[in-house]
Amino acid sequence: MFILMDMYSLWRTLDRDTRRDIALVCLADAIVGASFGAIAVSGGMRPWVPVVMSLLIFAGGAQFAAVGVVLAGGSPVAAVVAGLVLNARLLPFGFTVADVLDGRWWTRLLGAHVMIDESVAFALRQRDRQRRRAAFWACGLGLFVVWNLAVVLGALAGGVIGDTGALGLDAAFPTVLLALVLPSLTGRGTRNAALLGAVVAVAATPFLPAGLPVLLALAGLVLAGRSATATETTATETTASETTASETTSTTQTGSTREAH
Amino acid sequence: MSLLAIVLLAAGTYAFRLVGPVFQHRLQIPDRMQRLLSVAAVVLLVALVATAALTEGHGFAGWARPSGVLVGGVLAIRRAPFPLVVIAAAATTAVLRLCGVP
Repeated sequence: MFILMDMYSLWRTLDRDTRRDIALVCLADAIVGASFGAIAVSGGMRPWVPVVMSLLIFAGGAQFAAVGVVLAGGSPVAAVVAGLVLNARLLPFGFTVADVLDGRWWTRLLGAHVMIDESVAFALRQRDRQRRRAAFWACGLGLFVVWNLAVVLGALAGGVIGDTGALGLDAAFPTVLLALVLPSLTGRGTRNAALLGAVVAVAATPFLPAGLPVLLALAGLVLAGRSATATETTATETTASETTASETTSTTQTGSTREAH
Repeated sequence: MSLLAIVLLAAGTYAFRLVGPVFQHRLQIPDRMQRLLSVAAVVLLVALVATAALTEGHGFAGWARPSGVLVGGVLAIRRAPFPLVVIAAAATTAVLRLCGVP
């Protein structure tokens, strides 16, 4: 009961646009979840496999990667490694949103499980800590329910749909991720780093086991590091270029959140 | 995919998630590092988009899928609603395949 009231007040904390966006992301991910269930089952897996994966792993990227490795004839070990490598990004995420996961130990344990790209992205877009917290929980819990229901439905449909490729379902997952990450690509340094990383990952795909190319993309951070130093220099020279202005704002925001915390 | 493999992947994933919330007070992360970590997350996500859109196994996925993702991306930049973005991407891919594009 307390949890329900708490949830309601969290939801009320968010402005209307954010609430709408969270609901729309849930809907979009429902399509992706259904496509995951359908792709796994029509590829020959038993229906409980995608369902249990979604409940316990609850990370779309790793789920798709692991199922992809197994369906391509790879070993379960390779599938687990590929999934873990992809999910290693959750570690930095954990520090980024750690301040919204305070309080009782069981809320922290539960909150950690619903920490995914979407909930982290929504939390980061909020101005203050109260709203960050609300956005994180609303998006995380909402997606957990919607994602798992959708995977069940997709797994059931997968037995009926023969060819998921004909429906274009394989395009759903990268598209949702792309739509999510686009707003974070505003800074020039981030954009260059991401671009270089993507090129490295795609170029390495033919030669490396599944999962590793994405990790190699971190090489792109070399560019981010360099541009960060460049920003510091231009800031001291008080150059009023647009990029510098926006990057300074983001730094100030991080600063104020830290003080509140 | 055996149950053991699923449980291992789930346990490892949960461990990654738990490190930040548990050690946030004992491990002080400097601002610069914090910034680098959030850029790292964006870099990984974009790489995931690129590999998931362009590759299948160890080769090229064909033109239909990346074309669909591109259509979705353009709609997303124009601030179309999320579900429309996803449906348009899947539909583009499906129609291209119907026309014989792999």
